Amino acid sequence: MSGTLYEKIGGEAAVNAAVDIFYRKVLSDDRINRFFEGVDMDRQAAKQKAFLTMAFGGPNNYTGEDMRRGHAHLVAKGLNDAHFDAVMENLGATLTELNVPAELIAQAAAIAESTRNDVLGK
Amino acid sequence: MAIITFEGQAYECKENETVLDCLNAHGVPVPSSCKAGVCQTCLMRAMKGEVPEESQKGLKSTLVEQNYFLACSCQPVEDIEVSLPETEVGKIPATVIGIEPLNSDIVCVRLYPGRDFEYRAGQYINFFKDESVSRSYSLASVAGLDDCIKLHVRKIPQGRVSTWIHESLFPGDTVEISEAAGDCFYVPGNPEQGLLLVGTGSGLAPLYGIVRDALMAGHAGPIRLYHGSLNVEGLYLISELRQLAREYDNFSYIPCVSGGEAPDGFAAGIVLDVALKETPKLSGWRVYLCGNPDMVNAARKKTFLAGASMKDIYADPFVPSRP
Repeated sequence: MSGTLYEKIGGEAAVNAAVDIFYRKVLSDDRINRFFEGVDMDRQAAKQKAFLTMAFGGPNNYTGEDMRRGHAHLVAKGLNDAHFDAVMENLGATLTELNVPAELIAQAAAIAESTRNDVLGK
Repeated sequence: MAIITFEGQAYECKENETVLDCLNAHGVPVPSSCKAGVCQTCLMRAMKGEVPEESQKGLKSTLVEQNYFLACSCQPVEDIEVSLPETEVGKIPATVIGIEPLNSDIVCVRLYPGRDFEYRAGQYINFFKDESVSRSYSLASVAGLDDCIKLHVRKIPQGRVSTWIHESLFPGDTVEISEAAGDCFYVPGNPEQGLLLVGTGSGLAPLYGIVRDALMAGHAGPIRLYHGSLNVEGLYLISELRQLAREYDNFSYIPCVSGGEAPDGFAAGIVLDVALKETPKLSGWRVYLCGNPDMVNAARKKTFLAGASMKDIYADPFVPSRP
């Protein structure tokens, strides 16, 4: 198969298919859903979409600094590695549900994993 | 080369340049973040001219219908006039032609706008008491069915505008209103889709408009309207809605009372609970939510978790969200 990871996964259509599934998993996950309380859902969904686009190797302009700033208030509320692991798990389950091949899931997971230290403010 | 007009100023947009880059290059501050057509921070609206379809990808259908687009992914092919979403809209004079009670604390205000007035049932207007004080009210009327516009105004204790409307406004008075805004309305297309509408109190106003707009457009899928209040006295338009349900097989109306036992013909319980009990799986449904903010917020989450897609949930009666 040729092309970038983003193309192989299915590009924007894949992101659109994944965003509802992923966001629903996150909101239903009692380990992490308290971090999503009281936030405008449309905005939240747009952020989830940006995150998935990035994890799928798609176009994004996010920097480590943005990640740090964007999650600082959650780190202050106790966001830690266990929560990050839970998000990674939900990401993997979403892609499995969409029948994405395991090898591509691993690549997407590696991209998401690369943000861990910035997200957790380490 | 396309010309972009923003706040009366014309800017030349170079080939392969986006609206965002062009305006930013000329010092016009348009907020943006991902610059990849994803985060929707750079949402703008085309007041004149067509924008490429590419720039409307991922937007809610009601925003597409109103010519909203993402400035970062818009390379205009023709001249366009654009604005930012929260720009103050113009004021329009309107004549009050009637104020009639719907129940003990809600009145229906009927108005004739003083000039051409375009709106979609379910959108809202700002109603001005004077230069500086205004409140938003949803439109319960349908442009193709009603000859005037109609608002449902609940009297809020110590509410400056609602008290004024209830006590000091009379037929024949002239008032000022804004143009219609908001993205909570019916978009034709997908006529077999189920529509779930949940409202409390005067949140019935936009839903009453949306239901009739959808029926008028020949919507064929199930349309279920749940209206809730503490008791029967808090509900209104009951006989009109029951009549509508008799006329259209695909429309059902379920009035709900949450304060104790319900009389015959009414469901007992919190309106959202009743709705979700009867329609627990919302995958593929379009959802409209209006009224009490706590109910609306809880309902957004619960209907989404019940399977409705985020793009199919219309809840915020105010400005389109901006991250």
